Amino acid sequence: MQITLNVWRQAGPRALGRFERYTAKDVSPHMSFLEMLDVVNEELIEAGKDPIAFEHDCREGICGSCGMVINGVPHGPKPAITVCQLHMRSFNDGDEVWIEPWRAKAFPVIRDLVIDRSALDRIIEAGGYISVRSGSAPDANAIAVPKSIADTSMDAAACIGCGACVAACPNASAMLFTAAKVAHLSKLPQGQPERQQRVLNMVEQMESESFGYCTNHGACQTACPKEISIDFIAYLNRELLTATLLG
Amino acid sequence: MGRILRLYRSSVGKKAVMGVTGLLLFGFVVVHLAGNLKVYLGPASFNSYAEFLREVGAPVFGHSEILWIGRSVLLVALVLHVAAAIQLWLMARAARPVNYRRPVHLEDTYASRTMRWGGAIIFAFVLYHLMHLTWGNAHPAFVPGDPYHNLVRGFQSLGASAAYIVAMIVVGFHIYHGVWSSLQTLGVNQENHERWRRLSAFIAAAIVIGNISIPVAVLTGIVQ
Ligand code: HEM
Ligand code: FES
Repeated sequence: MQITLNVWRQAGPRALGRFERYTAKDVSPHMSFLEMLDVVNEELIEAGKDPIAFEHDCREGICGSCGMVINGVPHGPKPAITVCQLHMRSFNDGDEVWIEPWRAKAFPVIRDLVIDRSALDRIIEAGGYISVRSGSAPDANAIAVPKSIADTSMDAAACIGCGACVAACPNASAMLFTAAKVAHLSKLPQGQPERQQRVLNMVEQMESESFGYCTNHGACQTACPKEISIDFIAYLNRELLTATLLG
Repeated sequence: MGRILRLYRSSVGKKAVMGVTGLLLFGFVVVHLAGNLKVYLGPASFNSYAEFLREVGAPVFGHSEILWIGRSVLLVALVLHVAAAIQLWLMARAARPVNYRRPVHLEDTYASRTMRWGGAIIFAFVLYHLMHLTWGNAHPAFVPGDPYHNLVRGFQSLGASAAYIVAMIVVGFHIYHGVWSSLQTLGVNQENHERWRRLSAFIAAAIVIGNISIPVAVLTGIVQ
């Protein structure tokens, strides 16, 4: 199959970007989207041109680095997957595809489709530590966790920090990310000692990173490759309000 | 107080203020609808309700005192609601300086996307509504102290009725997103926000239908 690509090219953080048109020929439907870009890049390199810069690492949907907006949708048209898990069979021969980086003030473009996501790292950092005994390996069943709580915590912990929630949000808000990171620790017994300070610090960091705010549109949960629910945003709000008013 | 101010500085705090004040305004809309529906019980019942609003609290409170307390609370709520909305709106605009070529609406609903302009329209409507049925300066034949007459005579004009009907639909969308969204913002949604969403849709529809029925009843001659 043949695909026409319109790719956002931007030489650096302060450079002016624009869409450039490429044709991907002889695309196999079994290729992943990133493999299709690899082939286009090889041709660009052979022609002595700059390849399209995009981020990738695991190529199996767990590292969260491969984010890009495809035809207006973060991670492309299929739900619950990352771009590296998207296959060309999800497109039709002759399709025209528009590829853009995550667009948010908090995520400056480094080059082409690569953006700087350290704002998310700083939110995690602000969360600090949890008080557990380190040293010898703890007994696996020393702290009993009810199954429903373990499950909810795992649902939140599925977040790979890709930033698709910010990219999808009409307000470029990082609430779903922060909510997931707050929830996966606060739900567990191990997360209790620092519970209130953690949510206060993480939200304060989030606020200082020029993200937008949450209007409860719900676009984030649709875009999330791990299908994290906005129920966690309600949970974050409750955690913050209780930590502030009763803490 | 320091804590409250620190909370307000965060977007979560501003949203909490919007949520609490929004729910207060929503409470007003519900009570207001209950009062409006008394129009179906005839002029005596409707006018005595208006009178009751002025006398409620007597003899502890004097004439119109409770009414003015209520109005003050609503006014403060409205000012806070709009101030937080404007601050947050500016914050969101700054957060995405370069937009997508063609933004896709992933899950956001018509109601959620029109909260800002819808809110502004509701504000304009509230001013018109006060000029029409409270102060009377936008009314063709206003009679002070006879709200039943003012309502019926007011809605006999097609333009005024149409404005009310359109405004109520806008209010309906605002309430639909506003009610479930404020529960989300205040952390009341434990899990399953869809249930709350359906409940707000139901409440919003009831408010719209209840209010719209009044101009329709006047125009069709059911209420005279
Ligand atoms: C002066 C007129 C009004 C303006 C300008 C206005 C504006 C807004 C805006 C901009 C939002 C936030 C949407 C967002 O999250 O982006 C909002 C939310 C809300 N509005 Fe209004 N509004 C007005 C009147 C009302 C009225 C009359 C009610 C009551 C029926 C109401 C109830 C609510 C509620 C409950 C929310 C939800 C708050 C939350 O999401 O936590 N508003 N309004
Ligand atoms: S490359 Fe790791 S998630 Fe896609």
